[in-house]
Amino acid sequence: MKYIDEYRDSSKAKNYFDAIHKIVKRNWSIMEICGGQTHSIVKYGIDELLPKNITLIHGPGCPVCVTPVEKIDKAIEIASAPEVIFCSFGDMLRVPGTHSDLLKVKANGNDVRIVYSPVDSVNIAKQNPDKQIVFFAVGFETTAPANAQAVYLAYKENINNFSVLVSHVLVPPAIKAILDAKKNRVQGLLAAGHVCAVMGYKEYESIARNYHLPIIVTGFEPLDILQGIYMCINQLENVTCNVENQYSRVVSREGNPNAQKIMNEVFETSDTKWRGIGNIKQSGLKLKDKYKKFDAELIFGVIDYTVEESTECISGIILQGIKKPMDCPAFGTICTPEHPLGATMVSSEGACSAYYLYKEKN
Amino acid sequence: MCLAVPGKIIEITEVDEFSKSAKVSFGGAIKTIDTSFVPEAKVGDYIIAHVGFALSVIDEDEAKKTLKYLDEMFGLDSTEENPN
Ligand code: SF4
Repeated sequence: MKYIDEYRDSSKAKNYFDAIHKIVKRNWSIMEICGGQTHSIVKYGIDELLPKNITLIHGPGCPVCVTPVEKIDKAIEIASAPEVIFCSFGDMLRVPGTHSDLLKVKANGNDVRIVYSPVDSVNIAKQNPDKQIVFFAVGFETTAPANAQAVYLAYKENINNFSVLVSHVLVPPAIKAILDAKKNRVQGLLAAGHVCAVMGYKEYESIARNYHLPIIVTGFEPLDILQGIYMCINQLENVTCNVENQYSRVVSREGNPNAQKIMNEVFETSDTKWRGIGNIKQSGLKLKDKYKKFDAELIFGVIDYTVEESTECISGIILQGIKKPMDCPAFGTICTPEHPLGATMVSSEGACSAYYLYKEKN
Repeated sequence: MCLAVPGKIIEITEVDEFSKSAKVSFGGAIKTIDTSFVPEAKVGDYIIAHVGFALSVIDEDEAKKTLKYLDEMFGLDSTEENPN
């Protein structure tokens, strides 16, 4: 397929590996933020072919992995109500809550549906006026505009049996939290290309300056990632800390103003908890007051939930790049993609699942 | 989850007050994609689609630059096009 195949060309990839070997002199740790990039890196064995003095740290950029257990429990409680049709992106169904997951709720005979687009759930609401349709609005900045558009449509069309369980997180506050952490070892960043397709990369310029590290907006195909790593190492070796845009075929500095506009119309920032990491200030989105009547947490009265996270799962420190999946005693033994203990084993973009799928075989 | 894929617009299907959509081919599989966020997109353009929405129109010149980046960095011959 155009814009995919040519970025998987193995002879060009080899040239990149050679070029990176040529320029790297010291030890460097680079974090790729996005789980999609983690997946590509592990799938194509990029981490294993890089020079030994480059360490790739897999960041927290998988919304499925960082959605707090409380939200999953809330989703389970709402989805279990007989009057509800609960709509979600497919990858949320197997994420373990405290006692269950959405797939089990579905197996128990409740109406839980996988939708491709958030707007599909608005259409389901129109077709089922005697039911309450709840959409699990999960995601980063990439997904927020689509989810906002669904709420906006429901508002404009005055649909009263539709609501959203919002679990939105934002990338820049999480980056800052990671860089501020005492144990931080990240020296360069590959920023998530699709988040930047929406938001642009202006916000990253002050992060690069203030934390003195290069940030490369990077795409998802092997050649994109290799070019991102090359650009990052080049800056590290030359002691510069600029934002560079590797993914210029998709991302502009300003991002997509139409998508940002609808996001800002419907959502505002709020303090948010990240699974395995904890609370990060102003790192999430919630509905603005104007759209509160679409807030499933208010409608179903599932507000005050607090949950102790499992102590077995170390996904929180994996998401901060301090440990690797293999360092977890449960990895591949009691925790597998079929029986995940933590969210990073559920999503194909989670580091644990990527390691399980692609590293076991080697 | 932030997976977004390139597809080619083959038809602009509907324009109303709140939404715009298009038929988009993903390697032959046709899907209806909301194009409200990229109102400038035309038939023949490639877009990046995520959860049913187009987020960006792919810039062909920039796409070529990425493929030639390394050759240019090392002053290699960049006139040779990849036949694929
Ligand atoms: S292997 Fe399982 S238990 Fe261990 S960190 Fe990963 S998800 Fe958590």
